[in-house]
Amino acid sequence: MFAFISRRLGILLLILFGSSFILYNLTALSGDPTEGLKFSKDPKDKVQLLALVKQLDLHTPPPLRYFKWIKGIAGVFTGNLNFGTTRDGNSVLTELAGAIPVTFRLVISATILAIILGIMLGIATALRQYSRFDYVVTFFSFLLFSLPIFWVAVLLKQFLAIDFNNFLVSGSISVFWIIAFSLFGGFFWAGVIGGERRKFLKIFGVSAISHAAVFAYFSLTHWFLHPGLGPIVILLMSIGIAFGVTLLSTGLENTPAIKATLTMAGLGVVMYYPIQYIFDHHSSLLVLVGLLILNLVVSTGLGLFFAKIDRGPIVRTSIIAGLCMSALVVVDRLMKTFAPYLSQDGVNGRPIPTLGQADILLQSHNFWVVLLDRIVHLILPTLALLLISFAGYIRFARGTMLEVLNQDYIRTARAKGLSERTVVMRHAFRNTLIPISTIVVVDLAGVIGGAIITERVFGWHAMGTLFQNALTSFDLNLLMGVFFVTASLSVLANLIADLLYSFLDPRVRVVGSK
Amino acid sequence: MKIEKTSKSIAERGEAPIFALDTIGLTQSQIVRKRFFQHKGAITSIFMLIFIYLLVYTSLGFKIGPLNIHGWWKYTSTDLPELKFCKDGTVGCPTFSLWPKFLGGAGIGMGDHPFGQDDIGRDYFALVMRGTQRSLLVTVIIGAIAGSIGTVVGAVSGYFGGKIDAILMRFVDFLITIPAIIIGAVVGYHFGNLGVTFLAFYLGLFSWTGLSRLVRGEFLTLRERDFVDAARVAGASSRRIIFKHILPNAVGIIIVSVTLLMSGAILLETALSYLGFGVVAPDVSLGLLISQYQDSFTTRPWLFWWPGFFIITIALSINFIGDGLRDAFDPRQRRRLSFKDKALARSMKRGA
Repeated sequence: MFAFISRRLGILLLILFGSSFILYNLTALSGDPTEGLKFSKDPKDKVQLLALVKQLDLHTPPPLRYFKWIKGIAGVFTGNLNFGTTRDGNSVLTELAGAIPVTFRLVISATILAIILGIMLGIATALRQYSRFDYVVTFFSFLLFSLPIFWVAVLLKQFLAIDFNNFLVSGSISVFWIIAFSLFGGFFWAGVIGGERRKFLKIFGVSAISHAAVFAYFSLTHWFLHPGLGPIVILLMSIGIAFGVTLLSTGLENTPAIKATLTMAGLGVVMYYPIQYIFDHHSSLLVLVGLLILNLVVSTGLGLFFAKIDRGPIVRTSIIAGLCMSALVVVDRLMKTFAPYLSQDGVNGRPIPTLGQADILLQSHNFWVVLLDRIVHLILPTLALLLISFAGYIRFARGTMLEVLNQDYIRTARAKGLSERTVVMRHAFRNTLIPISTIVVVDLAGVIGGAIITERVFGWHAMGTLFQNALTSFDLNLLMGVFFVTASLSVLANLIADLLYSFLDPRVRVVGSK
Repeated sequence: MKIEKTSKSIAERGEAPIFALDTIGLTQSQIVRKRFFQHKGAITSIFMLIFIYLLVYTSLGFKIGPLNIHGWWKYTSTDLPELKFCKDGTVGCPTFSLWPKFLGGAGIGMGDHPFGQDDIGRDYFALVMRGTQRSLLVTVIIGAIAGSIGTVVGAVSGYFGGKIDAILMRFVDFLITIPAIIIGAVVGYHFGNLGVTFLAFYLGLFSWTGLSRLVRGEFLTLRERDFVDAARVAGASSRRIIFKHILPNAVGIIIVSVTLLMSGAILLETALSYLGFGVVAPDVSLGLLISQYQDSFTTRPWLFWWPGFFIITIALSINFIGDGLRDAFDPRQRRRLSFKDKALARSMKRGA
C-alpha cells in the first residue's frame, strides 16, 4: 500500500511538472504582456515598459524562466513558497489566499446541496423506475443538463430576484401561484411515495390541499415579510423529523430509537427560549459551534441512555435527528432576522441581490444580519450552480442504484425475508454510495477552480476571475498560480478517489500492494 | 386463461423482467433496435434533431468547397435590412406568430423577421440559423475526433495493459490537468480567427480523456472473457481481437458516452464563446449571441430566448438519444417490476 501511494505520488509530481512546463511555455507564447506599451511613443510608457520587462524578467526565454518559477514553487519543501508576483507587483500568493476562501464560499454550498439532493432524487427515481415520477424527474434532469449557466443566470435574476423583490412589496401570493405550488407539491409527494393509482391520487389530493392551505396562510398573514417558525411549528416539525429519520435509519419498530429522537424533539422545544436568549446576547461563530457540540453530546447521551442492545444505529439515528433539529432552530432564527434585514439602509426592502458578494452599504454589525446578508448574496449563484450540476448526480445515483438493485446480494437479502426498508437502506443504499463517493471527492477538489462563468455573471471576485484576468492581461505568474493550485488538487483528488475506492470496495485492490 | 392474458400484456409492454418473452429468437442488434424504438423520448428527439438540421441547412444554405447552395430564406446573417419599428415603440421585434387571425392574432406565419432584428438590423432568424449551424458543426467534429481518439487509446490501453497502459493513462492524467480555455487562448492569439472548424478540432483533441478511461475499463473486463481466449487460441491477431471481438461488445458504452460528449461539446462551445475564447465576431455562434444580448432581456427578450431555445433543444435531444441508447444497449438496467405489474402479479396469485 505504502509503495503504491509513494509511487503514485512520484508520478503525480512528474505529471504536474510536465503539464506546468508545457502550460508555462504555451501561455508565454500566447501573448505579450507589454503589448499595450510597446508601440506607444510616450516617453513615460517607455520607462514603464522597461520596468515591466525587468519586473517580469522578460529577457529570459520562457523555458529558462520556467525553471526560475518552479524553484519558487519547490520552496514549499524548504518553507518559503514563492509563486512570484503579478504584473502589478502584488504577490500571487496573497492574491490566491484572498480568492480561495471566496471561491469556497461561492461553490461549496451549491456542491454539497447538489450532491445531497442529487443522490436523494436519483435513488428515489431508481426505486420508482419507469413511473410517472421517474419520467418527469428524468426529463427535468436532462433539461437542466442542457442549460448554459449564463442563460439560467439571466432567468434567475429576472424571475427570482427582481420578481421576488417586487412580490415582497405587498407580500401576498396570487391565486395562480398558490394553485401552481400546490399542484407541484402534490405531484412531488405522490411521486416520491408512489403506489397504485388510488393511493397516488389520495396522496396527491392530501398534499396539494395542505400545500394550498399553507400558502394561503402565508399570503393572508404576509408571512414572507416577517417569516419565522416559532416553537410550535418547530415542535411539530421536530416530531416529523424524529419519525422520518427513525423510519429511514432503523425502522419504526425500533422503540429505543423513536424514544431517543422524540426526547430530542421535546428537549429542543424546551430549550427554544434559552437558546434564543443566547442568540440574542452572545452570538458568534464560536458560540454556534459550542451549541453544535453540546447538541452532539446530548443526542449521543440520549441514544446511549435509551439503547439497551445494538447501540450504534440508535446513537446514529439520534445524532442525525439532533442535527436536523438544530438546523431548524438556526433557520428559524435566520428567518426572524429577515424583517430587520429588510429595513436596513443598503437593502431597502429588496433583499435578493443580483450582483456582488456582500452588501457594502450594510450598517448593522449584528452577527445574524451579517450572516443573512452573506446567505442572501449566495442564493442566486448557488441556485444556478445547483440547477446545472445536480442533474448529473441524479443520473449517476439512479444508474448506480439500478445496477446495485440487480445484484445477487439484493435478491439474497429479499429472499431472507428482510423488510424493504432494510434491503434498500442497508444493502442497496450503502453500496450505491461507493462509486458516488469517488466522484464526490474529485468534484469537491474541482470546487477550488471556481466557476469562471458564474463569477462573471454574478459579479463575484474569486479564483475564476483571477484566472480570466490573468489570461486576458497575459499575467503569466498569476495564471500559473491559479493553474498550479487547481491542477495539484485535482490530481491529488484522483489519487484519493482511487484509494477510497479500494478502501470501500473490497473487490477492488490497489495494484502495488501484492 | 387469465394468467395467459396478463403475461401477454406484460410482454407487450416489453416489461418482462425474468423471462424476456419479447426477445426470444432475435439477434442482439435486433433486440437493441427494438428496445431503442420503444424509448419514446429518444425517437421524438431524433425527429427533432432531423428537423433542426433540415431547417438550419435549407434555410440559409451551405457551402461545400466550390459548391454553394442557397437557402430559401431571403436574408443571410450578413445582410443589413432596414431596422423596423414595432407598434409598442421598440425596434426589431419578432413577427413570428402561431396565433390565427380569426382569434385576433397576426395569423400563422413567419412574417418579415420571424425572430426579430438585432441592434443594426440584421435578421435575427438568419443569425440564429447561422449560429445553430456552427453549434451543430462543433458537436459533430468534437464527437468524431474525441470519440475515435478516446476509443482507440482506451482500447489499446485496456487490451495490452502493463507498461503501455501505464504510459497512456498517465498521459491522460496529464492532459486532464490542462484547461481547454488556455489552449483556446493560445491558438486564438497565434493563428487569429481560424474559424469554428479549427476551434472544434482542437477542443476535440482535448476532450477524449474521460471516454478513454471508460473504454479502458470496459476492455479490462472484456479481455478476460472466454470468447477472447477462444479467438486468441484460433490464432487471431491483436488487432483483429480488438476490433472484431471486443469492440462490438463495448460499442454500447462508447456510443452512449459519445452522445454525452457531444451534448457537452455544444455547451462547451457556448461557454467559451461567452467568455470570448471561442467563436469571435463577425462569425456567429449561439453562445456569442446570448452573451451579446443578455442585457436586453428585459427590453427585447426574443434576442435572448431564441438562441437559448436552440441550444437547449439540441443538447436535450442528444441527451435523450443517449439515454435511449443506454437503455437499449445495457440489459443490466432492465425494467424492474412496476407497481402495476406487482398488482397484476397479486391478482394472478389470487386467481390461482
